[in-house]
Amino acid sequence: MVVDTLSDIEVDRIFQALADATRRDIVRRVIEREQNVSDLAERYAMSFAAVQKHVAVLQRSGLVAKRRHGREQLVRPLVGTIERARELLDEYEALWRGRIDRMDTILGEAEEEGA
Amino acid sequence: MPVIDTQRHDDAFTVVAEFAAPVERVWQLWEDPRKVERWWGPPGYPARFVRHDFTVPGKSIYYMASEDGTPASADGTDATSYAAWSFVSIQAPTALEIDNGFSDEAGEPVGDYPWNRFSVRLEPTVSGTRMTVRTSFETAEELEQMLGLGMLDGFLAALTQTDAILAERT
Repeated sequence: MVVDTLSDIEVDRIFQALADATRRDIVRRVIEREQNVSDLAERYAMSFAAVQKHVAVLQRSGLVAKRRHGREQLVRPLVGTIERARELLDEYEALWRGRIDRMDTILGEAEEEGA
Repeated sequence: MPVIDTQRHDDAFTVVAEFAAPVERVWQLWEDPRKVERWWGPPGYPARFVRHDFTVPGKSIYYMASEDGTPASADGTDATSYAAWSFVSIQAPTALEIDNGFSDEAGEPVGDYPWNRFSVRLEPTVSGTRMTVRTSFETAEELEQMLGLGMLDGFLAALTQTDAILAERT
């Protein structure tokens, strides 16, 4: 199968986690810089608890983890999982790029025949 | 390069391409089964369309063939793996919606795999045609299934790799 390092359930969890714009934004931000939930919450028009919940969903999907840094807990990206989700879409994109290249070739041939 | 844009949404993938050919000619790539066969399957393993009822409701039934024309199987057994298109809407020559999935010889869905829908839109441009193909999927499993349909579960890719390894040894 396409996914060999993660189970289907795990991959499903990744996609469900990334199906939300706020969660995608959280992932993007912690890739830029590890930060705690309070820092993250400042940017969104929602409660700390709501942001906390989004982070928990991301944690369960394996996209982020928390690590202790002095007195605070920082949210950090788990690059392996993020890469895998990206790879899956990369493969699908490559499939269509191939198809479109072949279409282009066929259209080119037809033109020569007609000329 | 004909591909001008790709977009990844929460539950869909969109690819936009521009061709230097009029809309009617690009439409033919979908309507003419002998043309579809040349671009749908991966290189070396063309799709063979045994039926192509380009109408609503209509179905196309295909299997992947290896280079000598024999049917290839997704699961490594001798059984031919069929797949089908089911036409949801056709507005010639600009719009098309297709449900796609694994099927039996008659084009009926088989297995637990969900079917996926893709929508095709063709628009004339100054220099030719812009084609937008949007594929919807609800879960990662569906995305995997589409990859499976395109690549036949990685089996053919694995086979190709085996060939390469064998070639190296000789």
